[in-house]
Amino acid sequence: MTDRIVFEDVSVAFGPPERRLQVVDNVSYAIGDGEFVSVIGPSGCGKTTMLNMVAGFMKPSAGRVLLDGRPVAGPGPDRGVIFQEYGVFPWLTVRQNIEFGLKLRANRRDAARRAEISDRYMRLMGLEDFADAWPRMLSGGMRQRLALARAYAVEPQFLLMDEPFGALDAQTRSAMQNLLLEVLRTEGKTVMLITHSVEEALYLSARVVVMTARPTRIREIVEVPFGYPRAEALHEQPEFGRLRSHLRDLVMQEYAAQARQRFAVTD
Amino acid sequence: MQRAALILLPWLAILAAWYAVHHSGLINPALVPAPHAVAARFAELGTGRLPLDVLMSTRRVLTGVALGIALAVPVGFLLGWYRQVRTFVDPLVNFFRALPPIALIPLVIVYFGVDELAKTVILFYAAFFAGVIVMYEGIAQISPIYLRVARTLGASDSEIFLKVVVPMTVPHMLTALRVALGVAWATLVASELIAAQQGLGALIQDAASFFQLDIIYVGIISIGFIALAMDLVLRAIARRLLVWQERLA
Ligand SMILES: Nc1ncnc2c1ncn2[C@@H]1O[C@H](COP(=O)(O)OP(=O)(O)O)[C@@H](O)[C@H]1O
Ligand SMILES: [Mg+2]
Repeated sequence: MTDRIVFEDVSVAFGPPERRLQVVDNVSYAIGDGEFVSVIGPSGCGKTTMLNMVAGFMKPSAGRVLLDGRPVAGPGPDRGVIFQEYGVFPWLTVRQNIEFGLKLRANRRDAARRAEISDRYMRLMGLEDFADAWPRMLSGGMRQRLALARAYAVEPQFLLMDEPFGALDAQTRSAMQNLLLEVLRTEGKTVMLITHSVEEALYLSARVVVMTARPTRIREIVEVPFGYPRAEALHEQPEFGRLRSHLRDLVMQEYAAQARQRFAVTD
Repeated sequence: MQRAALILLPWLAILAAWYAVHHSGLINPALVPAPHAVAARFAELGTGRLPLDVLMSTRRVLTGVALGIALAVPVGFLLGWYRQVRTFVDPLVNFFRALPPIALIPLVIVYFGVDELAKTVILFYAAFFAGVIVMYEGIAQISPIYLRVARTLGASDSEIFLKVVVPMTVPHMLTALRVALGVAWATLVASELIAAQQGLGALIQDAASFFQLDIIYVGIISIGFIALAMDLVLRAIARRLLVWQERLA
């Protein structure tokens, strides 16, 4: 399998030399073509920082982040980014939000094609009855579906998601996970998902990268032995339960380490 | 029907209180002209100098606000956008904003004379500093997530400006305009004290020299109602432009 996203000895530190905060410490791993990889670790360890480097919002202090073999130069429409806060444009209707990217020079489509694309994703995301609604009228789950539709509309090859379902209630969250699997089945992407939830990481991904407390390193990479398509029943399988306990143990240890660190810092 | 009654009620209450004070004997009635006397004056002046006074004042306010906001929008935008610039300019803006425009009148007379230009300068000053604060505080609050989203969708710098920053700035522009209009009306009388021949401030000033209290009331009430009318117009515009917002400006 060809590697599409590669972290090569990546380190990140913030702040001036005398008060330097080392956040990422010599991390290397790769995400292959069409693969779904989740990154999990205690909050504040540096997960968003890693995703931001792939998205092109920032550069590593040392090492390289490669996209198809080339260092990331900046953000671009080849990588769709989904944030926890949705980032849906409040001044545009649902349809206008989806078509936003299609009106930009980088991926301009004519009006007929735009309507076709937005129709398709509104149907796929269950938003077809809300084409002309303002985002303020939508629930959190619908806003996140809109964000996903808008990202999909410009046909990115990568999907980078930073705790995308973290703000949703349990039911909506599980519906979103299934919707995501469904969409990925028809239109495959290479996916990097950051999540707090062991359950979510296991259910969605082919591989789970467990990060340590800050400065974050790779604690362990867990291969998830289940094929796709996946269904809710997977949660009941003994092997799923075993991996869940294992991942929970790792994550709990690192949460504890990160919590101790926080006390040390405030002292 | 009920709504109209609710809107009218406080006005009627004021009117009633006014009559009550007039007839109470607590204050010399000559110092508090009766509402109907003021109304009669209103009608009389309405065929006399009042229309020209209203026209002149409105024109000055609109000119001052238009110029002030025309400058406040780009300056407020720059200050809101570039945090580093703001650190330096913030104390400066607050210094000038704290100066009451009235205190500047003697200087303005020295530098700009006593004609239209001087009044425009004062109102411009008032409108600019009122507007620039609203603009830059509003812009500084714009969440950077929208810029990031736009970038990841492939937007260039100019596209981000036109398609994200401008629409997010519109609500703050309208608020700045409203605040500036309010401040400008408040400054109007002061500006027309600079030897104005016409204008509602001049009307009040002339009446004050002859102790014509009823005319002073006519002037004050006119200013209030014109400001109210302008605010209503602006609100109507805001409602059209900002249908997407939860709460209307
Ligand atoms: N631009 C920055 N400047 C300074 N510190 C930062 C910056 N971005 C993140 N950090 C710090 O780096 C650490 C990791 O942040 P982040 O990647 O957001 O963590 P996570 O997403 O795992 O919760 C945090 O302690 C955060 O305070
Ligand atoms: Mg994060």
